[in-house]
Amino acid sequence: MTSKPQPHDAVQIISLNKWFKTFHVLRDINLSVANGERVVICGPSGSGKSTLIRCINGLEAHEEGRIIVEGAELLGDEAHIQAVRANVGMVFQQFNLFPHLTVLENCTLAPLWVRKLPKKDAEALAMQYLERVRIPEQANKYPGQLSGGQQQRVAIARALTMQPRIMLFDEPTSALDPEMIKEVLETMVELAGTGMTMLVVTHEMGFAKTVADRIVFMDAGEIVEVAPPDEFFTNPKHPRTKEFLGQILR
Amino acid sequence: MAAPRKPPHRQLPGPIQWMRDNLFSSVFNSILTLVSLLAIYQLAVPFISWAILDAAWTGSDREACLPYENGACWPYIIERSGQIVYGFYDEAERWRVDIVFLLLGAGLAWLMVPRLPSKTAVGVAMLTLFPVTAFVLLVGGAGLPAVPVERWGGLMLTLVVAVTGIAVSLPLGILLALGRRSELPVVRSLSIAFIELWRGVPLITVLFMAANMLPLFMPGGMTINKLLGALIAVALFSSAYMAEVVRGGLQAVGKGQYEAAAALGLGYWRATIFVILPQALRLCLPNIVGNFIGLMKDTSLVSIIGFLDLLGIIQSGNADPHWATPNTAMTGYVFLGFVFWTICFGMSRYARYLEVRLHSGEAR
Repeated sequence: MTSKPQPHDAVQIISLNKWFKTFHVLRDINLSVANGERVVICGPSGSGKSTLIRCINGLEAHEEGRIIVEGAELLGDEAHIQAVRANVGMVFQQFNLFPHLTVLENCTLAPLWVRKLPKKDAEALAMQYLERVRIPEQANKYPGQLSGGQQQRVAIARALTMQPRIMLFDEPTSALDPEMIKEVLETMVELAGTGMTMLVVTHEMGFAKTVADRIVFMDAGEIVEVAPPDEFFTNPKHPRTKEFLGQILR
Repeated sequence: MAAPRKPPHRQLPGPIQWMRDNLFSSVFNSILTLVSLLAIYQLAVPFISWAILDAAWTGSDREACLPYENGACWPYIIERSGQIVYGFYDEAERWRVDIVFLLLGAGLAWLMVPRLPSKTAVGVAMLTLFPVTAFVLLVGGAGLPAVPVERWGGLMLTLVVAVTGIAVSLPLGILLALGRRSELPVVRSLSIAFIELWRGVPLITVLFMAANMLPLFMPGGMTINKLLGALIAVALFSSAYMAEVVRGGLQAVGKGQYEAAAALGLGYWRATIFVILPQALRLCLPNIVGNFIGLMKDTSLVSIIGFLDLLGIIQSGNADPHWATPNTAMTGYVFLGFVFWTICFGMSRYARYLEVRLHSGEAR
């Protein structure tokens, strides 16, 4: 069901367990993601999928098991967490852009203060990624002046300016109006085409079908089934997967 | 495609229509309007005639004011203006105070006018060079004769206490607020203890302790400058209040902002300085200025421990037999109120302007 960790894997999760107080949110998770692999994580709400990817960059601490990202293990201390975060970008459901900074400043903040690039280089880098998500003309606006879809694309560009090797997406289209979902998914599809390692928590099954190398189905804190999209959608093995697919595909 | 339509033209109401809409729209509102007008008339007319029409304006002692039985005695304020501004600061040395006023005014104006450049440099200079320069100029040293703080007074002393309080309480308050939200138990406990200790004691008590009791605790032979004690007391006292205001702002910043900053690799201090604090301070700006205004007015409490600040110098002047008239004290207090009101209202308006300016960019 889960592949054995390989030395070249981008992410290795080994026997991961996590509790919220006494509630066991993640139960014995084993998952390896290869370099350049696109993994979609789906499952009913409360199944622990967001918590799982939030563990990968240390936004949530785990109590048991190991997480190794690009060869660096996530241990509890600040230095190890920072080492992992240097390789991992994250896009949130609520965008979480910094409202007091312009789009350009949102994208240069981390390059300036974490990567210590000179201002000119940071701005050139930010513009490069804003062009890639096709909103360079909004660079001097504030996030509040953009549509939800534009904000989420800025959030993607902002994460990319740190030139991560892995991108985590936590339900990136769930807070968007329907007509804006497409532009964000298109940006993500383009990103997938560049060979970026991606872990995406989403309910967008169309995206999963076309982009994912593997689909991870979680329920009640466990990984229930892992399969390539063809197999996952046409021939699910586990009854819980069948039930879930029956509900969302109608 | 239809041509874009303009919003329909709105007829501006004439004065009669305006009054009908706003002042006499119902029987109850008409009564309210009339009662209010009567109240304004009853209060404003006597005040204006007392303060302006029936007031004495020239003269050099009480004789000039005695004939104006129902009017203010302005010559008293005019003759004492030197003391009101400088206290008993040596007259030959008052230029030093003027320079400090000038530097303070120029520095603040520079920071407040949006068009002027290099705000950071000026801000840093105001927080580092200015206090040192002001200290040397006011106290003496570097070739300047010393002026003991016992002779300081009036507006100058009030501003020394207020500006010190403001300049210390904002940064210290921010640190205490961050400390109170810290995950480190020792830092958190100490911050809470500090804040709650100062918030639980009246300022007047703190001032009495600083003035009278602190010297008793000092090791033998060591004396603490009484003004320094008062300055520290006011600064620490207002820091505790500031901390709670800032904490409110910090709590209002969404969790997502902390997470986004962390995910980008910003550590605690960088996330706090570049992402969290700018938003938090903006959110609590009205309350911060409210605290500054409260602090400005609280400075008058130092008169109770024997300082001749604005309030103290006016009170001592009121008791001067040279100016004893039925209207002297009233004139002094009205003038005092006007000075405080001008300063506090100015702060309030500037804060309002700043709020509008800061929100204009990110308006949704």
